[in-house]
Amino acid sequence: MAITEAKKMTTLQVKRFKPSENPTNNYLTDEKGVWAWMTTVDHKKIGIMYLVAVAFFFALAGFLAIALRTELWTPAKTFIEADTYNQLFTLHGAMMVFFVLVPSIPAALGNFILPMQLGAKDVAFPRLNLASLYIYVAGAIFTFAALASGGFDTGWTFYTPYSSDGNGAGVIWVTLGVFILGFSSILTGTNFITTIHKLRAPGITWDRLPLNIWALYATSIIQVLATPVLAITILLLAFENIMDIGIFDPALGGDPVLFQHFFWFYSHPAVYIMIVPGFGIISEVISTFSKKTVFGYWAIALSSLAIAFIGFLVWGHHMFTSGQSAVATTVFSFLTFLVGIPTGIKIFNWIATLYKGSIDMKTPMLYVFIFLFLFSIGGFTGIMLGALSVDIHLHDTYYVVAHFHYVMMGGTLMALLAGLHYWWPKMTGKMYNETLAKISAVLIFIGFNMTFLPQFVMGSQGMPRRYYNYIDQFTPFHQTSTIGSYILGVAFLIILYYLVKSLFGGEKASSNPWNSRGLEWQSTSPPDFHNFDHTPVVINGPYDYHKPMEEFQLGLAVSHNGHDAEHTSTEVEKTEEKA
Amino acid sequence: MANHSANHPAHVQHHFVDSDQQFDSAKLGMWVFLVNEILFFGGLFCAYIIFRAWYPELFTQAALELNAFWGGVNTVVLIGSSLTVAMAIRSAQRNEIKGLRINLMITILLACVFLVIKYFEYEHKLHYGIAPGSFWDPTPEKLAILDHPKANIFFSIYYMMTGIHGLHVLVGIGLMIWIYIRAGKGHFSSEYYTPVEITGLYWHLVDLIWIFLFPLLYLIE
Amino acid sequence: MGRLFDFMLPENKSPLTADSTDGLFHFINEVSLIFLIGITFALIYFAFKYKRKSEDDKTPVITHNNTLEITWSVIPLLIVMVIFGWGYSGWLNLKAVPNDAYEIQATGYKWNWNFNYENGAQTLNELHVPKGRPIKVVMQSRDVLHSFFIPDYRVKHDVVPGRYTYVWFQAEETGESIIFCTEYCGTSHSDMLAKVIVHEPEEFEQWLELNGGGIQGSPVEQGEQLVTLQGCQTCHSVDGSEMIGPSFKGIWQREQQLTDGSTVVVDENYIRESILYPGNKVVAGYQNVMSPYEGRLSDDEITNIIEYLKTIN
Repeated sequence: MAITEAKKMTTLQVKRFKPSENPTNNYLTDEKGVWAWMTTVDHKKIGIMYLVAVAFFFALAGFLAIALRTELWTPAKTFIEADTYNQLFTLHGAMMVFFVLVPSIPAALGNFILPMQLGAKDVAFPRLNLASLYIYVAGAIFTFAALASGGFDTGWTFYTPYSSDGNGAGVIWVTLGVFILGFSSILTGTNFITTIHKLRAPGITWDRLPLNIWALYATSIIQVLATPVLAITILLLAFENIMDIGIFDPALGGDPVLFQHFFWFYSHPAVYIMIVPGFGIISEVISTFSKKTVFGYWAIALSSLAIAFIGFLVWGHHMFTSGQSAVATTVFSFLTFLVGIPTGIKIFNWIATLYKGSIDMKTPMLYVFIFLFLFSIGGFTGIMLGALSVDIHLHDTYYVVAHFHYVMMGGTLMALLAGLHYWWPKMTGKMYNETLAKISAVLIFIGFNMTFLPQFVMGSQGMPRRYYNYIDQFTPFHQTSTIGSYILGVAFLIILYYLVKSLFGGEKASSNPWNSRGLEWQSTSPPDFHNFDHTPVVINGPYDYHKPMEEFQLGLAVSHNGHDAEHTSTEVEKTEEKA
Repeated sequence: MANHSANHPAHVQHHFVDSDQQFDSAKLGMWVFLVNEILFFGGLFCAYIIFRAWYPELFTQAALELNAFWGGVNTVVLIGSSLTVAMAIRSAQRNEIKGLRINLMITILLACVFLVIKYFEYEHKLHYGIAPGSFWDPTPEKLAILDHPKANIFFSIYYMMTGIHGLHVLVGIGLMIWIYIRAGKGHFSSEYYTPVEITGLYWHLVDLIWIFLFPLLYLIE
Repeated sequence: MGRLFDFMLPENKSPLTADSTDGLFHFINEVSLIFLIGITFALIYFAFKYKRKSEDDKTPVITHNNTLEITWSVIPLLIVMVIFGWGYSGWLNLKAVPNDAYEIQATGYKWNWNFNYENGAQTLNELHVPKGRPIKVVMQSRDVLHSFFIPDYRVKHDVVPGRYTYVWFQAEETGESIIFCTEYCGTSHSDMLAKVIVHEPEEFEQWLELNGGGIQGSPVEQGEQLVTLQGCQTCHSVDGSEMIGPSFKGIWQREQQLTDGSTVVVDENYIRESILYPGNKVVAGYQNVMSPYEGRLSDDEITNIIEYLKTIN
């Protein structure tokens, strides 16, 4: 039928739909070959390629972490030189932050899942989406060029004047790399905001948006607002190195504290870019595996936005010892506590969701439990660091190192693992080995705590971060930590093993193995090239577990008529009653 | 998937339901991008404000070195080009492809005039050794006027701000040439002129940023 | 005091600056532990109590509960406000130097701490202070950012080139405490250690007397003291062993290959240039990491250092 006719219709015709269990075609078979992958604009393939790239950098930076921990086995030199050590921790930090944590959930899982949860065929700007991947690769090439031209040892924070004393081409290359990488993040954010606003399927009103989408929405806002400030900062730093423009270098009249303000204006919100999408995954998984609607939908949705906004006003808490003004210090400390509240609210809401649920402890749920425990510790120690007098003592010690690993690895990475296991059947059409998955989850839990709990103790005892040599009294803590990191390494290898194995010999996944009510599970596994056979019409909310499964299989428009979510939803329900 | 393209006009990409949705998406996306551009320049404005607060006497003194007359001419040129780009969009809406192309051509020319004037301004300063960063090496008579230990920082900020703005002008010219060529091939009509519209939005932003740069750098008294 | 988390903190040797911090540290830890036990218990209890029995389990629809949600928003808010106030007052105390504080100048540079006293006494990496008296350390940096941290006193502040910063403390017993640099500053960041040595007041006066008046003796002796006080031996050995910079042993009249391929014979002018502008002629195999001494040493001092270097064979 013609578009004009469709617009005149007051009701949508909705047909019963059940995704086929044995699809002949899916997005993986639709186009084949390396060239097809490299030029694809399909959000699913781009998501998969991002996932591979992120996994590659995670493995690389993780390997560096193991090398660093090995070096710290003894107080003096163990097997590498001080300069090498300094380069390695810089590289570990820069890669984990810029190449792994920032793109991991939004660009890899988000790219795959977001359009499907919205019932869209793709993101709003598919070509920009592909461009963002290539920009990411270009950023990576610049970073490797930095290594080839002598490396860089500034720490991932690039503090001036250490980073601007003209001591090497490496810093110039890596800052340009990060500058380029920023655009990849900006494009993803722009794309997601537009997609969420304009490409929702009929029936997906703002109050039926999955919480994962709310989280990605908040993340995208931060990406768009914060990343350009990093871009200009890092560009100024690059010019500081290339031609001594003197804005940040005290020797030329500039101000190093100004650099820190600029840097943290991005890099604090950036930690929310990393963690907030994790919150989204937790909400999805916890609801599916307790078969229950999420407790406090609006509290969770709006707290993500609250975190996004307040998160912009707390950057100065990285600078309590740096010599910023007293008023600024006070205000930043106060706001830091405020940003803790919405985070706490989320944790309580998730736990309340479990109450009277039907809890199935599958691997994704296991990771959610690990997340809740580790992230709580990360949160409490964050409160500790927000307290002014205590932060003076703890700033730049291993306490801070442990805190952000609890938040970033215990938080973001556990959420990523939960999401990866949760959506793995959808993405690949294969089931992984549940037993091995649970064993490695437990190993990760043990290894993680063994690695980072001792760091809280030695940090509060005074062990400064970024130390190649240390005083003897810290030896037992460092050695425990090192053993823990080996356990972590083994656990990740097991994960890699069973995930890769599932691709080749894994059991075939049904379209909805977890009996989820989410829209993305109403497609085949793996999904069709266009995600859904027809434009889906959403009648029920994403967490309506009290309704029988059959109702969820009502929901595809006969044809792709109508796209305006707000205006069609009520008519849809009328149709449903008639049917 | 069987029928996904049945009702699509050629210009509507496969994942959009209709032309309106595509247009709205493109426009929203561009607005989001512009917000991001403003924050990008925001960093530079921030650096400007901070250094000006620290060394107010330097900024008034150094601003005299900038040629307010030619800066003013450039402001008029850019405002004029904003007007013509708006007229280009209006022509597209009315399906007047010829008008669209003429207006675009005028806009491109005005943008080039802007860059040429900017080039002569730079040339003049570099001639006296008023260069950014490590190239800072003013001739004695200029050094007498710019007698301030931080004078180099003012010009670093000046070159960074105008330089990055100039780069945006250059990108804008490229975009408009592309639109001009596509218009010649008959890609646009009153049904579909999304690229014209969003390029226009971008150009207005470039103009707007200059309107802030001009008084802040040239007209401090 | 025997509180639960005592094992986490180093001994408190400056109660005036550390007490408030320690109290808050314990308070946050204890409150957090209570919450963490609650959260963990709830997780484990729910996991067992509401374990899935069959795929057809019915669950109740509980969308929200305003009373509960307000409770768990407001209570944490009140707690963190208490923490904020407590931390703020402790921090104000760290900023407010007592009027009768004894002032010592400190300079941080790669990778040493240099301390200067009112009567001209200088020390390298040793901060001598009297017991029972507030001490204000005024700090500056010669090159990059450093940070001055004494765990036993719970004080820390960044040392920023181009501006002065300070910390204060009051040690209540004699003994030693370690000083760390906590802002990353390059190769030997982790060796940029110093110690506070707390004396009885009379003993401190004697020490000050003994070391006052600056550097004395023959040119060679003066040069040796300067080399020691400036911490040159952090990077340059006198026994020929390989360190961050070329060894001083046998340096006089040695032929050195430079990074640009040319060679130079070490004479007065080369040493002088290398002290004032170390980046100009870097010896092959070494990196340009030394801070320039331009404006920091007088010509006489440099002459004395050269005289001393001539004697190291």
